[in-house]
Amino acid sequence: MTGVPILEAQHIVKELGEGEGKVVALNDVSLSLYPGEFTLLMGPSGSGKTTLLSILGCILTPTSGSVKLAGESVEGSQPEKLAGLRRAHLGFIFQSYNLFPTLNAVDNVRIALDVRGFSRADRRRRALRALHNVGLDHRLRSYPGTLSGGEKQRVAVARAIASSPAIILADEPTAALDAENGQAIMELLAKIAKKDNCAILAVTHDPRTIPHADRVIEIEDGKILEQKKSAQFTRIAADTSGSENASNSDQRKRQVHA
Amino acid sequence: MIIKLAIRNLLHDRARFLVTLIGVLFAVVLVAVQLGLFLGARKMIVGMVAHTTGDIWIAAYGANSFEQASILTGRERFLALSVPGVASVTPLVVSFSRWRKPDSGTVNVIVVGTEKAQGSLKPWNIVEGAAAPTLQDGVIVDRTYAKSLGVSGVGAITEIAGQRVRVEGLTNGIRSFTTSPFIFTSTKKAREILSVSPDQATFYVINLLPGADPTHVKREVAAKLPDVSVYTKAEFLKLNLDYWLFGTGAGVALLGGALLGLVIGTVIVAQTLYSSTKDHLTEFATLRALGSSSFYIHKVILVQAIISAIIGFAIGIAVSLVVAQFSEVTPMPIVLTPLLAVLLLGATVAMCAISAIASIFKVTKIDPAMVFAR
Repeated sequence: MTGVPILEAQHIVKELGEGEGKVVALNDVSLSLYPGEFTLLMGPSGSGKTTLLSILGCILTPTSGSVKLAGESVEGSQPEKLAGLRRAHLGFIFQSYNLFPTLNAVDNVRIALDVRGFSRADRRRRALRALHNVGLDHRLRSYPGTLSGGEKQRVAVARAIASSPAIILADEPTAALDAENGQAIMELLAKIAKKDNCAILAVTHDPRTIPHADRVIEIEDGKILEQKKSAQFTRIAADTSGSENASNSDQRKRQVHA
Repeated sequence: MIIKLAIRNLLHDRARFLVTLIGVLFAVVLVAVQLGLFLGARKMIVGMVAHTTGDIWIAAYGANSFEQASILTGRERFLALSVPGVASVTPLVVSFSRWRKPDSGTVNVIVVGTEKAQGSLKPWNIVEGAAAPTLQDGVIVDRTYAKSLGVSGVGAITEIAGQRVRVEGLTNGIRSFTTSPFIFTSTKKAREILSVSPDQATFYVINLLPGADPTHVKREVAAKLPDVSVYTKAEFLKLNLDYWLFGTGAGVALLGGALLGLVIGTVIVAQTLYSSTKDHLTEFATLRALGSSSFYIHKVILVQAIISAIIGFAIGIAVSLVVAQFSEVTPMPIVLTPLLAVLLLGATVAMCAISAIASIFKVTKIDPAMVFAR
């Protein structure tokens, strides 16, 4: 990928615990995210994916190294400043959806916009548009308890995209979904990246999602092993998923409403 | 959205919200009743002095209230009259005595003797019979105490300390903080009942000439009467209030009860609010991860507290008004004023806001990284 990165992490080290129990969760990790690029962060459990995502999302502070968000260094920022950066530049999608059970789909999106200071009219307009973009026009007034897993994750995606953030960080967005819905969500994210010129980084360990990505970063034991771009994907996907992705491709495309 | 989220959070667990409201309601009723009793007591304590037309009071040295004062010698009246600025000096004869009930038994009463013609203190709120004692043996009593005095109405005849008296009129709402009913009569009859000489009195009430300065005249009177106590009306009101409310501890007990209500209410609301906050911690962490400021989350919790306060207050004050209504016919009335209601609303909101502090501390320490927890 070329161009100016929207997010840059340099030589990130994260140590967890103290003394003999100290664990190095991330060891000298550097990566950049670019507008319009859909990146997958893959690796086995405990490899440091979520820790890296938390640091890139200005939620966790690295032990050493630097993070630049939209050209601004976040080093030494206080929690309120970090919250302000998240508000201004970032959208999040969580594995467990993290929707508000007492609010319906529209309000779940609107509250994220309220946090970001959008006006009442803007909140409504953007929430409806985002839910339309994820194909949930018919479930606007539904509460999370009445939505399927796939629908909940679509609400979460709508919440993340509603404010048009420069970056969306998704933590295992398909882990709680069946294969079909998982593929649909990944396809949706890939389209959003292109359509909204948004940098999306999704943590996953599902190799079937690889064909949707522009780039795959493999991480293991807190270290980035390699970064592959789309041209190199065909072989990886074929090796890991066989012909399943290809045979289901048309069907998945029909299910995506973005 | 903050208000909507706060309401939804409260209604999410209705049983807990009910407990919160009961806590607020309990505190509001307890505080309203205690403060209402305090105001009722205050009204009773100052009633006699406040209804007396006069600017300066002369009382025996050591008198601590309207009800508890020794008899003056009588010469004070003439010495006071000689002070420039004094228009008139009227006697009041006040003392405890025993009322014989027509059927059997006796009741402690406070006889209040006032001059028929130019008396500075006359019964008020007359609901039946004469506006002031007109007969030689006429007395006026309050209908609140009619039953305890064994009085069926105007015309009833009985005795006070062996002196025959006839009920000439009934008042409404002239209650005594001592619980001993006030019995209005003439100074002459009061002196007979209390066996004091015709020129003696418990108090002399001075009316000033127009333009006279009460403080200055009071100083002059006090200089002429070094062996007695001389008060302006405001000072005498304060003396009565200080003695009955704080000297006896009654007021402290009532205010202490009100404070206890606030403390109990705070604890109940704090516990339920904290419990609610803990239940919604993941949601608050999500808000934080999405970039909300701490203040945004604090506002959600504070709005939850304020909604609980307002609803609890509305129900609590309604219950208190019913209780106050019932108390009107009792010897201890509960007085609820609009100002008290406004202050109580403020106290309830403050109580709930204070209750939110523990929850606010909890969410202040929230780690947004918990949204990634499995």
